[in-house]
Amino acid sequence: MQLMFEKRKSLSRKAIVLVPVVSFLVSLLLSGILLAIFGANPMRTFAAMFNGAFGSWSNFTETLVKAIPLMLTGLGVTIAFRLRFWNIGAEGQLVLGGVAATWVALFWSPFIPDFLLLPTVILFGSLVGGLWAGLPAYLKTKLGVDETLVTLMLNYVAILFAEGLYYGAWRDPQGYGFPGTREFPQAAWLPRFSGRAHVGLFVAIAIGLILWLVLNRSKWGFELNMIGKNQRAAQCMGVNVKRNIVLALLLSGALAGMAGAFEVTAISHRLQQGLAMGYGYTAIIVAWLSQLNPIAGLFVAVLMAALLVGGDQVQMMMGLPAAMGLVMQGMILFPMLAGSLFTEYRIKRIDKQEHAE
Amino acid sequence: MSMKRLFIMLFVALVAISVVYGGGAQEEGGQAAPTETSEEEPLKVAFVYISIPGDLGWTYEHDRGRKYMVDQLGDQVETTYIENVPEGPDAARIFRQYAQQGYDMIFANSFGYMDPMYEVAQEFPDVIFEHCSGYKTADNMATYFGRMYQARYLSGIVAGEMTEVDKIGYVAAFPIPEVIRGINAFTLGVRKVNPDAKVQVVWTNTWYDPVKEREAAVALLDDGVDIVTQHQDTTEPQKAAAERGKLSIGYDSDMGKFVGETVLVSPIWNWGPYYAEQAQAAIDGTWVSHSFWGGIDGGTVKLSGFSDLVPQEVRDDVAAERERITSGEWDVFYGPFKNQKGEEVIPAGEQLSDEEMLNMNYFVEGVVGRVGD
Repeated sequence: MQLMFEKRKSLSRKAIVLVPVVSFLVSLLLSGILLAIFGANPMRTFAAMFNGAFGSWSNFTETLVKAIPLMLTGLGVTIAFRLRFWNIGAEGQLVLGGVAATWVALFWSPFIPDFLLLPTVILFGSLVGGLWAGLPAYLKTKLGVDETLVTLMLNYVAILFAEGLYYGAWRDPQGYGFPGTREFPQAAWLPRFSGRAHVGLFVAIAIGLILWLVLNRSKWGFELNMIGKNQRAAQCMGVNVKRNIVLALLLSGALAGMAGAFEVTAISHRLQQGLAMGYGYTAIIVAWLSQLNPIAGLFVAVLMAALLVGGDQVQMMMGLPAAMGLVMQGMILFPMLAGSLFTEYRIKRIDKQEHAE
Repeated sequence: MSMKRLFIMLFVALVAISVVYGGGAQEEGGQAAPTETSEEEPLKVAFVYISIPGDLGWTYEHDRGRKYMVDQLGDQVETTYIENVPEGPDAARIFRQYAQQGYDMIFANSFGYMDPMYEVAQEFPDVIFEHCSGYKTADNMATYFGRMYQARYLSGIVAGEMTEVDKIGYVAAFPIPEVIRGINAFTLGVRKVNPDAKVQVVWTNTWYDPVKEREAAVALLDDGVDIVTQHQDTTEPQKAAAERGKLSIGYDSDMGKFVGETVLVSPIWNWGPYYAEQAQAAIDGTWVSHSFWGGIDGGTVKLSGFSDLVPQEVRDDVAAERERITSGEWDVFYGPFKNQKGEEVIPAGEQLSDEEMLNMNYFVEGVVGRVGD
């Protein structure tokens, strides 16, 4: 008897639902075993993690704080991945969006009326984030440069550029020499609705819903899907592939840039260490786990945020080393990613007779 | 195997786990709920660490301070810690959670925790917050640090007398006043005894990254330095020097214990007495907000014992300079000394104020490198 993977002709509906559930159970089981080995009670640990992320309204707001940038960057990455354009530069797009937003918030405020300041800050942050993703898209379509490497390397450029600014030219003269810009004027603060959770949440949800409509119900979305499935066929059908790739990436980067603008205007109120938290990389997992479905992406972002927030509890309540939290996050993600294989493929048993045919 | 059967098996396994461990959860759950602190209950103290106690450097010393506190105060305190907490706004969540869980006192050991701690301190006026190495205070938030520059200066004398090529390497974390002050104090010590020597600085832009710290040290060694020192959290630069048969100066902890004789001496932290004192004050209800900057005379900063490789005359020179500092006759940043461009920072007979030291953003003469901007 032999086993082989066979690509499913169409995605199995049953598998779409079952696979995430089963993978989640597998991951709980694996982490449970690991915890037991380390002498921690798995049930108590899971309960502590759940409690840390959802146990009270104030804990939940902290989960939302992390979910917002994950939603936006996750949606951005989703657009790019639909085209099979491997944008792994959401981190850099987020950071540069934050930098651009900071520039407006700090230096344009005398010239812009207060009520226009915040929208300008956010729009400019999104714009620059978009351009930062547009650059590799342009390079890919004009010169055939591989986007994976370019988007990855541009992350470092953006992060170091931001560091250069808040350690150097933009450093707060009243900050005792500590790195970080001065605080934004209040007019450039994005309102928080509870704890640190801010109105960016509603924007992110709205964008997720609109994006679902655009990708699944509009002509443009249809064109994008076609490009992702078969570029050559799309070209033959008269779709302008290059233009669409650049446009989609501008949008992809703009969402990451908006996430960066939200972080600086709602959370830190200045540009400083701690903007590049890895949201842009986690976004890749969000996009993948949501099977590139924007609405699913919103929920997956909350789940990932809960893992990040709940992971702290592993240390704080259970007294396990910090590395344990990370290992558990990996343990939870890995089966889910592996599981997604089964929605596209199925295991087929090949008997001798069949093999002989 | 069908999906259904897999599902059932997993379910059974999970139920089995719940049965084994579920009982324990209820049993222990009863005591977990935080309650109002009465007089008999211990003071609950949480420590938030930038790296791990096993870094053998910065956090290692803070955690030794925590243990010292427990040794001194026994049942009166109950402590916990969290490690590897990134600096920046996100740290606020950690402070808030400890405060909500009923901790009475929270220590945080890195400068990047200052703003988030200040924010959370406003929300929990009954919790005492102690922040290391910053400058913001509130009624319930104190700041504490030590005059490490004094011990750095003394270690510079050792390096200045023992370098053969007059080139010393310095692996430095971030271009912030704390680190710059240390580099300057060290360099003043080096050039006090060896006016031709240069101190070469490499920035890593991280407090705790063993690989990066090692790479930076290797780059300096490739460049020909024969002594390496650092402002980082681990022993990696010292180990890299030892592997090349070169000397080093430790930092944070007595690194000679972990690396060997090639570590000539280490300026070290000694937090225990401060931690025990503050916790005692909190228990007694006498705690008030403050800015603490302990020097070598009070023992917050120290110089470790010397390696056998350090000759007696060098030890005598260090002892003489140490005496000048502890007696209050002189301190490291007394004039005259010059900046990197050769301009006089402060003339003879004057000294930098604490505020000027806390704002230091330039290098003194003899440092090779840039402060970042």
